[in-house]
Amino acid sequence: MTVPLIMIIAMGAMYASGIYLMLDRSLTRVLLGFLLMGNATNLLLMLTGGVPGRPPLTDGENLSTDGMLDPLPQALILTAIVISFGLTAFLLAMVYRSWRFVRDESLQDDLEDMRVALETTGDSRDEAGTSGEYDDTEFGDEALTPIDEDAPDLDEDGTPAERAALRRSGAATEDDDGAGGAR
Amino acid sequence: MSEYAGLMLALPIILPLLAAGATLITLRSSRAQSAITVVTLSATTILSIILLVQVDQHGPHVLAVGGWALPFGIGLVADRLAALMLVVSSIVTLGVYFYALGQDSSQTEKSDDTPVSIFNPAYLILCAGVSNAFLAGDLFNLYVGFEMLLAASYVLLTLGATTQRIRAGVTYIVISLVSSLIFLAAIALIYGATGTVNMAQLSQRLSELPIDIQLILHVALLIGFGIKAAVFPLSFWLPDSYPTAPAPVTAVFAGLLTKVGIYAIIRTETVLFATSDLRAPLLIVAGLTLIIGILGAIAQSDIKRILSFTLVSHIGYMLFGVAMGTHLGLTAAIYYTLHHIVAQTAMFLAIGLLELRAGSTSLRKVGGLATLAPVVSGLYLIPALNLAGIPPFSGFIGKVALFDAGFHSSDWLVGVLVGVGTLTSLLTLYVIGKSWNLAFWRDPADADEPTPALVEEAKERRESLARTGTWTSTLRPPSLMIVATAAMVVVSCMLTVLAQPLWQVSSRAAQGLTGADSYTAFVLDNDEADGVGDGRYAPVPPNGEGEAG
Repeated sequence: MTVPLIMIIAMGAMYASGIYLMLDRSLTRVLLGFLLMGNATNLLLMLTGGVPGRPPLTDGENLSTDGMLDPLPQALILTAIVISFGLTAFLLAMVYRSWRFVRDESLQDDLEDMRVALETTGDSRDEAGTSGEYDDTEFGDEALTPIDEDAPDLDEDGTPAERAALRRSGAATEDDDGAGGAR
Repeated sequence: MSEYAGLMLALPIILPLLAAGATLITLRSSRAQSAITVVTLSATTILSIILLVQVDQHGPHVLAVGGWALPFGIGLVADRLAALMLVVSSIVTLGVYFYALGQDSSQTEKSDDTPVSIFNPAYLILCAGVSNAFLAGDLFNLYVGFEMLLAASYVLLTLGATTQRIRAGVTYIVISLVSSLIFLAAIALIYGATGTVNMAQLSQRLSELPIDIQLILHVALLIGFGIKAAVFPLSFWLPDSYPTAPAPVTAVFAGLLTKVGIYAIIRTETVLFATSDLRAPLLIVAGLTLIIGILGAIAQSDIKRILSFTLVSHIGYMLFGVAMGTHLGLTAAIYYTLHHIVAQTAMFLAIGLLELRAGSTSLRKVGGLATLAPVVSGLYLIPALNLAGIPPFSGFIGKVALFDAGFHSSDWLVGVLVGVGTLTSLLTLYVIGKSWNLAFWRDPADADEPTPALVEEAKERRESLARTGTWTSTLRPPSLMIVATAAMVVVSCMLTVLAQPLWQVSSRAAQGLTGADSYTAFVLDNDEADGVGDGRYAPVPPNGEGEAG
């Protein structure tokens, strides 16, 4: 099977930039990376069909398959395109939702993960009874790797305006008064 | 007979899909929705049991969808393995649905947190996707099945779209998308190399390829499936994303989704790449999955997360059985998969009850549940002991079968794996024991951060016992949830009671796989019976001589 070099290079470039984008924390870039990788995969499927430029049909009279392109990969690509279209729409909605919650479209850390990670670095604190939930600023200050002041508090779910007001006033860990009913 | 049998194959996929449409039409009436879903899932369960009996007696069933002759058309194939998985998955989905119904009825005031109307269609599509993945006779249809169940799982995992779920959902979705792309790329490469996606044909053509090309294709497929099955180096997404979802969703994910990945790995190792040997790397990966998963579980302090890590760890057992590559090993892997689907689901349902009862699943907060909620405790204890492999339960039988298969092998690596498996089993017991001691036997006031409600209740109970000698809790999870969980626990116990027939079916299923020829022979024979013409419309294999040059 011969395939044009330019297509292979294009596919490789799309894979490379797709993977590079997917390694980013920003969700929009992840989405773009997914699109690029999906298209690269579609191109790969396309190339398995044979030499580009030939029709995937017979001419209706001469039913031999000479010079005909394999139609199956094109059918597979159509399916794959439809699937990735739907998933892209869903992902886009998720990114938007995530942005509305934390006013930041980058991937958030898992609090429970961080809790476990910190716990293993200081067993004595456990016995002293000062370890607590991580949205507790007292603990955050004492921690070996304190949580960033600006880190969004994931347990809270106020409106963006309320959250901004909270942050401006410096009271990053107010009680649940300003929080909606997310949980 | 053949038309009737063909319909039997299509219905487990079509019925849930049609029902998903029907539940979308009846969005406004949750009662109609539940009725449709219950009827559909029950019908699917009955159908798949009949299918299993028929397949076991008469051999595999094949359906060429749309009447296109098989190597070219889409084929649905039910051999014993597929039928067996179908039966267990439909029983599990039915049980979990009743549980979800009970939970919905208890949370009417929080209805915006779990929108019932979206749950039903998504759940049904998930069921259809799982059925499709089990019955797929070609790789691309397997991919479509995966995408169906994954797309539904994205919706279910982010149900209600709370902050936590969105955060966990993003990780899960991006990882799943990448695994699907790897799978799709692997399909493209395989098609490029062999000119077919039909599994039966692939099993013949792949073995004719040069060994290095076989290896690349084999590894590409295994990476795709490995992410879905949460095999060790590819497993980190699972404990991150599963615990945040609603209890019934976590239960069905933990029970089924990773097992679909394992099923695909079984197919890859037996039918597709019987000649390409990756057993040693697979054994090593299985060992690492076992030990690192369970070490992760030890570090956790939340029961849901502990269980998620245990889930990852126990995937190693199934992989171990597959990687041994012997008939006995495969049989054990199949039996263990059946056990694990049911036990893990029952476990997560019980944890859902626990969370409802205690308000949290963190071992830092809960305590004293053995006295306060004896029913929930019992429902938790039985699957927990089952998972840890305590004798009367199916976990013990599955593990003994695996180790027995290991002792029949002369490979030293398999011997090491038996040791690692035993160690993992003991560590699982430790983790289970720890969670039991802390959440159930400890006085709630002794918890690191005592839950006021539980402390109060324990005090009331003591006073009431001192005064009148009796005490009954006023707080009970909805009875439908308890009944559904109890039913799953009973099913998990049935795996012990019915161990012999199940083992025999598993053994026959493994037989049909190890002689991959039997699968191939059957599927391809069937085409000839259907009378594929002279191959006039056969596409040119792209690697064929005619194209070269």
